[in-house]
Amino acid sequence: MAIRIEHLEYVYSAGTAFERKALKDINLTIGDGEFVALIGHTGSGKSTLIQHLNGLLRGTSGRIFYKDEDIYAEGYSMKALRTHVGLVFQYPEHQLFETDVLTDVCFGPKNQGLSPQEAQREALWALEQVKLEKSFYNQAPFDLSGGQKRRAAIAGILAMHPDVLILDEPTAGLDPQGRDEILGLVKSLHEEQGITVILVSHSMEDVANYASRIVVMDHGSILLDGTPKEVFAHRSELEAAGLAVPQVTRVMDDLAQEGWIVDRNVTTCQEAAAQILNALHKEKHVQA
Amino acid sequence: MEIIRAEKLSYDYVSVDDDGKEQGRYRAVDGVDLDIEKGDFIAILGHNGSGKSTLAKHINALLLPTEGSLFVDGMDTRSEDEVWKIRQSAGMVFQNPDNQIIGTIVDEDVAFGPENLGVEKEEIWRRVEKSLKSVNMWEYRSHSPNKLSGGQKQRVAIAGVVAMQPKCIVLDEPTAMLDPVGRREVIDTVLELNRTQKVTIILITHYMEEVIRADHVIVMDQGKVVMQGTPREIFSQVDMLRHYRLDVPQVTLLAEELRKAGLDLPKGILTEEELVMELRRIRKGNPGTQSREPRLKKR
Repeated sequence: MAIRIEHLEYVYSAGTAFERKALKDINLTIGDGEFVALIGHTGSGKSTLIQHLNGLLRGTSGRIFYKDEDIYAEGYSMKALRTHVGLVFQYPEHQLFETDVLTDVCFGPKNQGLSPQEAQREALWALEQVKLEKSFYNQAPFDLSGGQKRRAAIAGILAMHPDVLILDEPTAGLDPQGRDEILGLVKSLHEEQGITVILVSHSMEDVANYASRIVVMDHGSILLDGTPKEVFAHRSELEAAGLAVPQVTRVMDDLAQEGWIVDRNVTTCQEAAAQILNALHKEKHVQA
Repeated sequence: MEIIRAEKLSYDYVSVDDDGKEQGRYRAVDGVDLDIEKGDFIAILGHNGSGKSTLAKHINALLLPTEGSLFVDGMDTRSEDEVWKIRQSAGMVFQNPDNQIIGTIVDEDVAFGPENLGVEKEEIWRRVEKSLKSVNMWEYRSHSPNKLSGGQKQRVAIAGVVAMQPKCIVLDEPTAMLDPVGRREVIDTVLELNRTQKVTIILITHYMEEVIRADHVIVMDQGKVVMQGTPREIFSQVDMLRHYRLDVPQVTLLAEELRKAGLDLPKGILTEEELVMELRRIRKGNPGTQSREPRLKKR
């Protein structure tokens, strides 16, 4: 098991008038090589939760195990944990700070104690993984487009060879093609490198196309946990939690309610089209 | 009458070295002609770097044209004497709510704009009340903005602009950082301002679903206006949009797939209700009625 969370709770501003429980009794296990989407409205606790996973926040109570080791145990190296569990923040390009892209990506591996040569080797490897063209390596990060900057920032995390990659809203502010490129990149890292991925997102459509498991958070608790099909079957609960099921799922749901013989838990366009055509075809057959 | 008029508008970003010598030049907006009528709701689409934000920043004179001109309510944005009147006519809302809220209390933040315009104190508070009510944030008037959700903050930012009584509001990706509920709150607020107070709205967005209720859609690519039309006309051209690195709403895509597979569906279906209605018709087997324009359902 990559990550196991037991009874995790987190209280903001404890002991003051602003005290607020951001996480309530979270129990969650994420297996090696899973692609999990974490969804929830703003303030549902998802960003708070992921900051626990690499030790940036420490739970008020409860325990977290990484590869079966208690990260709160005495002597456990948080520094090592942070290289195993890479966290890509929202708008990670705001954190690019070096004078050129390559030096920026070298920062992580250098901090891990690698020599300049080794760090550069890792950085070059990571930049290749995110498919950033070589001509950009020596440019200032600020001269890159939004999508390119985000690739460079992801490369900075990849260069540390994390086993678990957590991305907080990696597509915010990108145009549709930029979004597809970043999600495609994450997918290929997951498939080719076997990296465990935790993707924090608001977009149900994105999540349906990429993740094999969805964890829904609401008011600091886990509301739903399952495959996209299982989760999107709970349309009314999702809507009550400030989330929306994908448009195609809503269409299929409406059709099913009108008596169409279609699977109402379809989550992608292709599946939905096939289901609708199939249903019409069958009915024609019956009539004939 | 048009409120915004661009004539052969071009803008170059110029990079200079330490001595102020020109190093390079990049044309972000390239010969744009544009007329926006008073009271319209316009959506501007385009991929990152297509020039839409650069164009938007011309509308309240944050940027001035390199070539051509831009008129706001008849005023040339180049005329320095009128720059404050122009900014009062065309308000702007940006992507990140945290960068636009400066007050420590919601109503003070909203009062900042009219105060700066030299509005009388009593009138300021009348406007604050009216604008906060128009974005449904009146009950939060004594709250601290940093305890609000993203959608709420963005509505406060919109109230701050509304309090200056602009004729036109430009919103540059106002929902990019919001969750689905926050997005809906902001778009509903903007629509309401457009419908009830006849404020001209120019909405820049990457979310195709937010565009379907606009009167008119403009697509930009490489600094030029490359497509213009009603949402239905624009979203009928799936392949063209893809070419410009854009998308269509998922339900439009589903309808398009079904159409390609031989179903007798009209082009440019925009909402779930329309698609379900059309499929119902096909299932009943009366293909003759598809040409009527299904009306968009208002929320």
